[in-house]
Order: sequence, then C-alpha cells, then structure tokens
Amino acid sequence: MSDMSLETVSENYLDVLKEIGNIGAGNAMTALSQMLQCKVDMKVPQVKLLEFSDVGQIMGGEEQIMVGVFLGVEGDITGSMMFLIEQDSAKHLINKLMMGMAPEGEGFSEMELSALKEVGNIITGAYLNSLSTLTNLKIYPSPPELTVDMAGAILSVPAIQFGILGDNILLIQSQFFDEVEMDGFFILIPDLESYAKILSALGLPV
Amino acid sequence: MSEIIKVGMADLKTCVSPDGVITLGLGSCVGVALRDPTNKVGGLAHVMLPDSTAIKNSYQNVAKFADTGIVELVNQMEKLGAKRSRIVAKIAGGATMFNFQGRSDIVQVGERNVEAVKKKLKELSIPILAEDTGANYGRTVTFFPETGEFHIRAVGKPEEII
Repeated sequence: MSDMSLETVSENYLDVLKEIGNIGAGNAMTALSQMLQCKVDMKVPQVKLLEFSDVGQIMGGEEQIMVGVFLGVEGDITGSMMFLIEQDSAKHLINKLMMGMAPEGEGFSEMELSALKEVGNIITGAYLNSLSTLTNLKIYPSPPELTVDMAGAILSVPAIQFGILGDNILLIQSQFFDEVEMDGFFILIPDLESYAKILSALGLPV
Repeated sequence: MSEIIKVGMADLKTCVSPDGVITLGLGSCVGVALRDPTNKVGGLAHVMLPDSTAIKNSYQNVAKFADTGIVELVNQMEKLGAKRSRIVAKIAGGATMFNFQGRSDIVQVGERNVEAVKKKLKELSIPILAEDTGANYGRTVTFFPETGEFHIRAVGKPEEII
C-alpha cells in the first residue's frame, strides 16, 4: 500500500467515500439540529478531489477567515479529521446555541470558542460514528482542537498529511441551512496504512 | 506596470523587479523568499514538507519539498541572470496551527519544515537575512526583489516588514 496515491484511486472508491460522506454529514446535521433544537436541512454533500492550489478557492479564497476543528482518530484506524466552517456561519451557529446571547462584533469570546469546540465535537463525532458503523471498525476520536485563522493556513495541516501521499486533497463539502445557508467542510485524513483497512472493511479490493 | 505574481501551496515562482511575489495563508508550510540584490531577481517557494527523499513516489512536484523546492527556485533564478553566490534569503511560516495532543508528527511539521529549509539554505551557502517563523497563526507574505522587503500579514495583527 505504500505506493497508493489519491490520483489513482478508483471511481469506485470515490463513490464509496461519497456515500460515507453523505451518511456522515447527514448524521452530523441530525446531531447539530438536536443540539440547536431546530430543523437543519442539507444538500447532497459533494466529494471533491482537489489540487492543493485550488483548495483555498473553494472556501472563498486562502485568506477567508474560517473556524477549523481538528482531532485525532485512534482505534482500528488511525489518522485525523478536520471540520471547517466559515466565520460568519460559525457565529450564526453559536448565537443560536446561546439563544441569541452571543456578543456582537469581530472575533470570538472564550465562551463562544468553547461552544464552537463542542459543536465541532458533536459534528465530527457523528461523522466518525457513521464511518465506524459502516465499516464495523472501532474509531475513537481524541478531544478536538480549534483555531480561527485564514483558510489556507488551517488547510495546510491536512494538506501536509495528504502531501505525503500525493498532490491532491480529498474533502467533502456539505451545504446546510436553517434560515441562513452555511458551508461546512469535512476532511478525513487516514494514515497511509488505514486506507487499506477502510477499503477492505467496505469489501473493496485493496 | 508592476505585477504581483501568486504562488500557490506547494508551488514556486520567480520574478524580476519591479514585480513581486505573494503567497496567501501560509500555515505550517514555509515561504522561502530568495533575492539577488544586484540584478533584483527574486522568487518565492511555498514548501509543504521537509524532505523529498523520505517519501516514495511523490517526486512529481519538486516545489512541495524544502530540499528540492529551494534548489529548483535557485536554478530558475539563475536562468534569469541571478548569481548563486549573491543570493540571500528571508523565510516565514512554519506555524503550529493546532496544539494537538499525542500526534507529535503533525504538531511538529511546521518546525521540521523550518529546520529543513535552514539546512538546505546552509548547504547552498545562502544566508538568511531575516525570518518570521513558528508561533500559532497563519501568514500572508509578499516579497519585493526591488527592495528585498518581505511583508507579512496575519489575522488581527498589524502588517510587519522584515
């Protein structure tokens, strides 16, 4: 498996990832809607295999300020996972969570950051849960870390992990909305040897 | 009219004064700006990983690695008339974006990138005139070979020139 690269993965594999993405993002949105106690709708998530140079654009430019939640994955597979959401959407979500009590203005307070971390925890947890159910693999997430910065800078972290494998990054874009439309991005970053495990757990040739 | 040329992630570009080079949102990657002060040829590499020899089957893109990226940038500058013996460097980036428990390979990648860049520059006898590396935030950097000024912007901080 050491010569595996994302450029050569089969359409088949991308379809499977798309399905995982769809179910994972669906579960994540259900969890979010329970947390916010309101209806959250979503469109069919899009799985994208992008060159590094194009990654920033999909999020509105490399300098777009985003909230990134990053966590480690352990168990039968190892690696990490990231969830990104645009700053204004993140504000909207925590304002809902805090019943409209979130302070106005730029940046985030300590309390908002910790609320965001919890949102990230629940969303990524629900996502990984469905991956675990589908593959029958044990997947344990570590506590999440959060940062607010330029999209390019946050994405450098998963991009570097993908850079070990090739020149592309695989991400899942999920559009969801209550009264406003939001864009969330899921990036699953299995370690090299975990790709094979996921594939064979799903009954695909390795 | 001068132009600012954009350098993507795992990419490198050369330019000649009055043009400049920019890369947006450097995180754990490192921006290596090189300049020949005499003929004002410059360039910027946005490197992602320390060492091309540590990775199998990934040689397609030399700009991705500190070791191969810097050599390629120097070669391209020489084609524009730069002299290796005159080239000087400024570097930025290599941040630790997440303080991540238990995964030191991910946490330290910024640091290792900076080290690898310094090692390669030393090997090529290219002096580092200034650096703004490490910390935990992203940077947008613009380099002007005319003056050698390296402009660094970060979220919520005033622009710095090194």
